[in-house]
Amino acid sequence: MILYDYILSASCYKVRLMAALLGIKLDLVAVDFHPGRAHKSAAFRDLNPAGSIPVLVDGDLVLTESTAMLVYLAQIAGPQWLGEASPQSAARVQNWLAFSGRLNSSLGLARLHDMLHFPADITACRTAGHLCLRELEAHLTQVRLEGRIFLEGTAPSIADIACFPNVALAPDGGVELRDYPSVRLWQRAVRSLPQFIEMPGIHRLHDLKPAPHSGAAA
Amino acid sequence: MIPQAVLDQWYPVAMTSLVGPWPGRETQLLGRPIMVFKTQSGAVSVQTAQGQAVAVTLAYGHVWACLGTPAQDLFALPEAAQPGRRLVDCGVVRVKCSPLRAVENFLDIAHFPFVHTDVLGAEPHTEVGRYEVQIRDDVDEVWATKVHFYQPQAAKSAAGGIVTEYMYRVAAPTAAVLYKTCPNRTNEWDVIGIFVQPLAEDLCDVYPYMALFDDVTPQADLIHFQQMIFLQDRSILENQIPRLLPLDPGMEIPTQADLTSVAYRRWLKRKGLTYGAQVVAA
Ligand SMILES: [Fe+2]
Repeated sequence: MILYDYILSASCYKVRLMAALLGIKLDLVAVDFHPGRAHKSAAFRDLNPAGSIPVLVDGDLVLTESTAMLVYLAQIAGPQWLGEASPQSAARVQNWLAFSGRLNSSLGLARLHDMLHFPADITACRTAGHLCLRELEAHLTQVRLEGRIFLEGTAPSIADIACFPNVALAPDGGVELRDYPSVRLWQRAVRSLPQFIEMPGIHRLHDLKPAPHSGAAA
Repeated sequence: MIPQAVLDQWYPVAMTSLVGPWPGRETQLLGRPIMVFKTQSGAVSVQTAQGQAVAVTLAYGHVWACLGTPAQDLFALPEAAQPGRRLVDCGVVRVKCSPLRAVENFLDIAHFPFVHTDVLGAEPHTEVGRYEVQIRDDVDEVWATKVHFYQPQAAKSAAGGIVTEYMYRVAAPTAAVLYKTCPNRTNEWDVIGIFVQPLAEDLCDVYPYMALFDDVTPQADLIHFQQMIFLQDRSILENQIPRLLPLDPGMEIPTQADLTSVAYRRWLKRKGLTYGAQVVAA
């Protein structure tokens, strides 16, 4: 299975993370997204007319939406990640997958603006990002009161993996998470999943523990 | 007021390959708006908002500008012209930090195992041995040599863990270069740098740069590797306190690993390069 990948992309990381959690090995093909803008080249558009990354190729199957990739990977290697079987649960998972698109166009765009000079109305992006985070915080607080931690049901699902990257990377776009305690706790739960992998800007869990040898905030 | 010594230095302002016609790249240098563009004859020009052209040098894939009168030529990097090396432009990343902080972090050897875990360093291999630091008066640069460090994956082309030798060099106030053992050629050094454009005292554009002996690794992989390394630093840089680099040596107690940083601060202070620095103890 080939993933056309960019190391700093939240959407690509989504797929890398899901694959890692499921124990699926991906063959990564690095796309020079920045500064080369190779995803907009004619050659790349032959593969994906939308000129976006990631792209997942498995034999004849070519997927260009990261949420569809999560569904595919889970179907192959871990159907329990698709959520519970009830119509309500299945639909709510789909709702979160769509919600992750809102996270990408708000928090994700703010990050690309601040970090890689993407053109954007930064104030509008951050405002929309905070609205998403408030929705998420309200939901996750309710979930916690019910004694659960993940977005849907009692176990982690593709809903969590779809939403996690752009939330965790929000500070890169100037959106701090300190006012969202339930979101932070949920992030910690995602980061403690077995076989969790990191990306630049998202550290592994041991960083949350105090440094073993010094009091300095290094 | 910006000190004259600061104005008289060279700073990177664009990647040469991405400079377009007027108005080109609209950016700023030391808080002043500038435009970097190609003239009709194809030359690269840098102008202030008042339409005044400033000194320009093209080197190492980047456009360098000086708002004052250049105190010296741009630093030499002979390796960039060496046959067989691949020059890799790694784009530009904006960081909300002092430009001097960005350089200081690049010079900080001790952070590898903690920030670049399992790539440039790994616990428990965290100790940095003795090394030598000097301010070389002949070239007016800071050098750290004989730095040895265990690295799980020192470069894209390194298959396993190796002990890597490094040399660090501050070649200009906001440009630093490191030389490290080349996994493919034992008698050569790989060259990796960061060129930092001071937009303001607490905001900069950082251009990672590489000149390597590596015929195998695809260009995009090299770019990803370097961006991964640099972006691991970004969140740390944006959260440093104090935001400006303290030049007063009394404020932080140096350890062996910090010697390069101490020399860098001393060098900046001696030259009056205080833009992005905190001169008075807080
Ligand atoms: Fe670093």
